[in-house]
Amino acid sequence: MPKPKFGFYWCSSCGGCEEAIVDLNEKILDVAEQVDIVFWPCAMDFKYSDVRSLQKNEITAVFINGAIRSSEQVEMAKLLREKSQFVISFGACSQLGGIPGLANFWDRQSIFESSYGSKCPSIDNPENIRPQIHSQVAEGELDLPAFHNTVKSLDQVIEVDYYIPGCSPAPYLTMQAIEAILSGKLPAKGSVLAPDVALCNQCSRKDSKPEKLTIGKVERISLVSADPERCFLDQGIICMGPVTRAGCTNDGEGRCIRVNMPCRGCYGPPSEVLDVGAKMTSALATIIGLQNEENAREEDIQKILDQIVDPAGTFYRFSLPVSLLRRKFI
Amino acid sequence: MSQKISIDPITRLEGHGKIEIFLDDRGNVKNAYLQIPELRGFEQFCVGRPVEEMPRITPRICGVCPMAHHMASTKTIDAVYHVQPTETAVKLRNLVYDAYMLEDHLLHFFFLGGPDFVVTPSAPAAERNILGVIGKVGLETGKKVIDTRRKIRNIITHLSGRVIHPVSGLPGGVSKGLDEEKRQEFLKWARESLEFAKESLGIFNKVVLENQKYVELITGDIYRHQTYYMGLVDENNKVNFYDGKIRVVDPAGVEIAKFSADNYLEYIAEHVEPWSYMKFPFLKKIGWKGFEDGKESGVYRVAPLARLNAADGMATPLAQEEYERMYATLGEKPAHYTLAFHWARLVEVVYAAEHLVQLLQDSSITSPDIRRLPTQTPDEGVGVTEAARGTLIHHYKTDENGIIRAVNLIVATVGNSAAMSMSIAKAARSLIRDGKVDQGILNMVEMAFRSYDPCMACATHHLPGKMPLLIRIHDTDGKIRKIIER
Repeated sequence: MPKPKFGFYWCSSCGGCEEAIVDLNEKILDVAEQVDIVFWPCAMDFKYSDVRSLQKNEITAVFINGAIRSSEQVEMAKLLREKSQFVISFGACSQLGGIPGLANFWDRQSIFESSYGSKCPSIDNPENIRPQIHSQVAEGELDLPAFHNTVKSLDQVIEVDYYIPGCSPAPYLTMQAIEAILSGKLPAKGSVLAPDVALCNQCSRKDSKPEKLTIGKVERISLVSADPERCFLDQGIICMGPVTRAGCTNDGEGRCIRVNMPCRGCYGPPSEVLDVGAKMTSALATIIGLQNEENAREEDIQKILDQIVDPAGTFYRFSLPVSLLRRKFI
Repeated sequence: MSQKISIDPITRLEGHGKIEIFLDDRGNVKNAYLQIPELRGFEQFCVGRPVEEMPRITPRICGVCPMAHHMASTKTIDAVYHVQPTETAVKLRNLVYDAYMLEDHLLHFFFLGGPDFVVTPSAPAAERNILGVIGKVGLETGKKVIDTRRKIRNIITHLSGRVIHPVSGLPGGVSKGLDEEKRQEFLKWARESLEFAKESLGIFNKVVLENQKYVELITGDIYRHQTYYMGLVDENNKVNFYDGKIRVVDPAGVEIAKFSADNYLEYIAEHVEPWSYMKFPFLKKIGWKGFEDGKESGVYRVAPLARLNAADGMATPLAQEEYERMYATLGEKPAHYTLAFHWARLVEVVYAAEHLVQLLQDSSITSPDIRRLPTQTPDEGVGVTEAARGTLIHHYKTDENGIIRAVNLIVATVGNSAAMSMSIAKAARSLIRDGKVDQGILNMVEMAFRSYDPCMACATHHLPGKMPLLIRIHDTDGKIRKIIER
């Protein structure tokens, strides 16, 4: 029997998801024995035409990481969808838009301006040149893909079968997913292949979280020495644990929390949470209070809420393109 | 009739890229372009974020060397808050930074750059990968590569939370310290890595330097460019990855600038071309004179060989010995041979391992004094480190509440953007003659950019399988004239 075929592709991303695959260490050699890799541009020299020449659904599973921002990425996502039985959205950018999705607070023009325009202090661009889709050089014409105004998640462009979350995904989850695909033991289509509980439920600091959490003052991690054992929220430090899916380590301990830094939500929300920002706002509204709740006045609560710097950029750190906001209209 | 060769996408580099080679009527190369078809806009979308989040956001620029961005960013927020990290924090930052340089460089040698030499440039593409290297150097060495990578990355995970996108940097220090038990364990690993670093250099000596053909390839003209060089140096002008002054030497090796990162705008400017999303940094005082080498052109180079060229030596004994041996063999300093970046990278591996051992031998690194809290109003700061791929500068401006107002980044790989284009064009010109292009030639064109370590080192050449490259030769009217596939 021929081996199943796997493909890997990256869109608007950093390469960390590729490293996360290499972090399978020796296991990657086992995987390589069981499947044929037919496409992986960052690691192997297969070209787009190799993919075009494949039959429909010839690829068993394609793992696509990165957000969608250019014409080339849209085209490749559609082509890979056609050629693959399962499309696996790999990592936070693909699932949620990720860090590149923060660009939806701005638009193409402002991004070009800060990169190539006078807003960039090191720029030397007297003719005010911008990268062009078609440009003429002495020897002929050169092309670039179009840069879109809005960053999208993969499932806003093509149908996705499964999601492996995280920035970057933990290798043990990747391995579990690969084993599930190879053995055919897959859950319902559309599932996120990770535990479906909030990080708080598994947190090593769970016991220090009081029954009824109240924050008197919001602190910034940069300006305090965080207690290495106490719940961050109990210390007044914004931690996305309540609205973030667990699974970033296989022992349950958050990988940022174990070095005394609060969670920023790269695993995205568990399935019960529809919108991270809305849920976090309501979670905070309940816990931000004054010691004497009966006497709390609206403006006192507002004062505390105002202490949260950049709530949108914090709550939607990894998920602005899939949020209810989608983008800021400029 | 004019023709164009497209290599699209070029593979095995960090991010997307393509090369366009224009041929004249006789099939000789007129010019070649390295195009980067991607932009994410960090400078813009970081505006509005709290400055302390930058060390957690900017590593997403590059997931292959996230530590470099994390550290440059952390140093920038020290500067923004006008706070000096504690002595212990500086040691711990150096520790994770050396660990990053060590594993990143080693992996480049075995997984990406090395196969061209160890397996040979013209070997069948399917063998020119890590498995081919293991075939040559033995399974034991192959296992050591994976084992060393795992252990060194575990050091980073322990102290920084995660290798891919570390989180421990804070203004004035770090979020986690090191205990005695872990120090002992890591010291053992560091010593093993040093042994392995020496072994790796031994492999390079045996496979590359004892092969006259390779020595001729390295010291020939195909891969040679006389440019300026930039790198961080300590107070003795020795290579430093974490801190120091930025030093620039001219093509003759004469120091023309030595400045603190705060003043980078006096020395570095960036040129824009309509055909790439990547910018082209150059030395401001010399000026942008196009894709040219020589003293009159402001093009400079960064990364391992550039760092060694810009310094007077290495701060650790064994690395210094290897540094001297390299220049004695190459017969010039600065060395202008692009392929010697591979060699310089291994000299830096030895330095990183020696420095790692030194840091871990010092029991004071376990002091709990890992943080100094900021007390001043944040405003503006610049931070610099040497990333594996060159000098990396972050520059932030904030309001009085520490909210980002402006960001500028001079990213390491970008420092070599003009030089990489020039190297590809020169290699193509030298190797493609009268329209004759074959697989070996194409790989040798690719070797011109591979020397600079296009970021995908670690993820590259990992799996067996065919490594095809598709070249389309077009007529001027766009008709495909010939397709070469490997």
